[in-house]
Amino acid sequence: MSVPELGLVADAVVTRGAFTLRAEVTAAPGEVLAVLGPNGSGKSTLLAAIAGLTPLAGGRISLGGVTLDDADSGTFVEAAQRPVGFVFQSYRLFPHLSVLDNVAFSPRARGLGRAQARAVAAGWLRRLGLADLARRRPADLSGGQAQRVALGRALAGDPELLLLDEPLSALDARTRLEVQAELKRHLTDFAGPCLLVTHDPLEALVLADRLLVLEHGRVVQEGTPAEVARRPATEYVARLVGLNLYAGTADGARVVLEGGGSFVVPDHDERGEVLVALRPSAVVVSTSQPDVSSVRNTWPATITGLTLLTDRVRLDLEGEPSALVDVTPAAVAELGLDAGQRVWLSAKATELEVYGQTHPAEPLNAFDG
Amino acid sequence: MTGAGARSAPLPLLVPALVALAFLVIPLAGLILRAPWGSFWEILHGSQAGEALKLSLWTSSVATAISLVVGVPLAWVLARTDFPGLRLVRALVTLPLVLPPVVGGVALLLVFGRNGLVGQYLDQWFGITIPFSPTAVVMAETFVAMPFLVVTVEGALRSADRGFEEAAATLGARRMTVFRRVTLPLVMPSLGAGAVLCWARALGEFGATITFAGSFPGRTQTMPIAVYYALETDPDAAILLSLVLLLVSVIVLVTLRDKWLRGGSTP
Repeated sequence: MSVPELGLVADAVVTRGAFTLRAEVTAAPGEVLAVLGPNGSGKSTLLAAIAGLTPLAGGRISLGGVTLDDADSGTFVEAAQRPVGFVFQSYRLFPHLSVLDNVAFSPRARGLGRAQARAVAAGWLRRLGLADLARRRPADLSGGQAQRVALGRALAGDPELLLLDEPLSALDARTRLEVQAELKRHLTDFAGPCLLVTHDPLEALVLADRLLVLEHGRVVQEGTPAEVARRPATEYVARLVGLNLYAGTADGARVVLEGGGSFVVPDHDERGEVLVALRPSAVVVSTSQPDVSSVRNTWPATITGLTLLTDRVRLDLEGEPSALVDVTPAAVAELGLDAGQRVWLSAKATELEVYGQTHPAEPLNAFDG
Repeated sequence: MTGAGARSAPLPLLVPALVALAFLVIPLAGLILRAPWGSFWEILHGSQAGEALKLSLWTSSVATAISLVVGVPLAWVLARTDFPGLRLVRALVTLPLVLPPVVGGVALLLVFGRNGLVGQYLDQWFGITIPFSPTAVVMAETFVAMPFLVVTVEGALRSADRGFEEAAATLGARRMTVFRRVTLPLVMPSLGAGAVLCWARALGEFGATITFAGSFPGRTQTMPIAVYYALETDPDAAILLSLVLLLVSVIVLVTLRDKWLRGGSTP
């Protein structure tokens, strides 16, 4: 970020028991930053620290140039005083208040009278298309409605920063798509920075301008959705975006893989430790050894599993290297593919994406692939 | 006891069970059977029974009010803060639950009596004498009954979902606002149950009251004490007062069954 002082700048160290989160995060005004990561990677801890629910053990958090938490100087702005809107994973709507009073809670707590606060809340309910639900209790709302009310409640306090913790994870698949489209509209309208925690890569791709991937309390990758999808930095990210990922040592046109085997790759004069990404659909399966050519990689492998996806079959193959490969159901039938069978795999050198490890702090082999 | 359950119960269990049941039910049945139903209102108005009832009702209500005002904050402190000696404080709070009430009465007398640790100064400086006054009744009842409220509310606060309080904080609510607008409403069912329990215990209080407040008709003679004395002079009044207390207990039980199920089991 070129002018980070305008948005959120966090250099957060948070300890929770044996777990330590150590993450540098920036988000510009109007930007939606998706924070992806497996369970226990520290995503929610990061949000809690930014919201002021968990104090920093080290580092600093500032928003719009104002320090919210600084472990060194001892500055700590209480959660109630931070201009932050928080949409919780399970929404946490107050069960004893009506929808209207839930949304009016923040304006009221921040100083408005009851009537004024309700007027503000009614405005938000109208904007979110929830005016009919104003008198209902949270228990009488559907999942999608509760999600919208939670968003309205967070926005009604007029926050400068919006935090969303897996906002759609509690919804069934059909409602999720509908609410997701609507959420995208509201996030686009929101002027401040927005952090969206999710473990759904699709949600991140659709909603976010930029992705940040956390693993074991560390940032392992950061970039636009397109960058992350093309060049995953870790096994976890590769699985999220559906790619095969290999670590190896490059020497021009050849990469020797860590787990065994080697690839012929386009020669971009890469040297040293690199990652190689390979799309499952870019690999061709044949029952006999194909012609060996200098621009093709061919290697034998054994099928260990077959999974039917919507329009294709994903093969799990063990070899040097192992790989996930997508083929058509027709191909499975024609070639008579089955578990335990030995086959030949081939992939064009030009299909291999070779790039350096951007975050050397977490080497790929730290993860069990 | 359901029919099917009783039929399938083996005799060595069924017989003692019936004995226990009879032991618990027969005295209460006897009370109802022996009641002087015909002269119900006469006795209640004529004797000291009416005065005792009135005194009992207002003292136990004041004791409950005091318990709410200071006991709920105490429950919050026990449930939400951490300080050295917290466990000891919690043990001290629950002690009156198991302490023989008469011991509580003796202790109150030693502290607030005319020559007591605090009482002597109240007497010398302000001319206030607490023992054997309605104030003493309220104090004895509060001492014995407040722990019921504190323990009930503390349990509810512990099991309450802290997420709502966090949400309220992110919405700009300061801690006192969070307590007033979120915490308190969420534990309201348990708070109601605790208050009813506290009131019922105060109403039935005997040992601490008679020790610390004595038994002056119209002044410190509460219902249970009146029952005890009336048994010698006016058995009909004793039976009637006992019935009134029994009725109150039944009402409390019915009220609590609802409250417990809603407020106690699910936060």
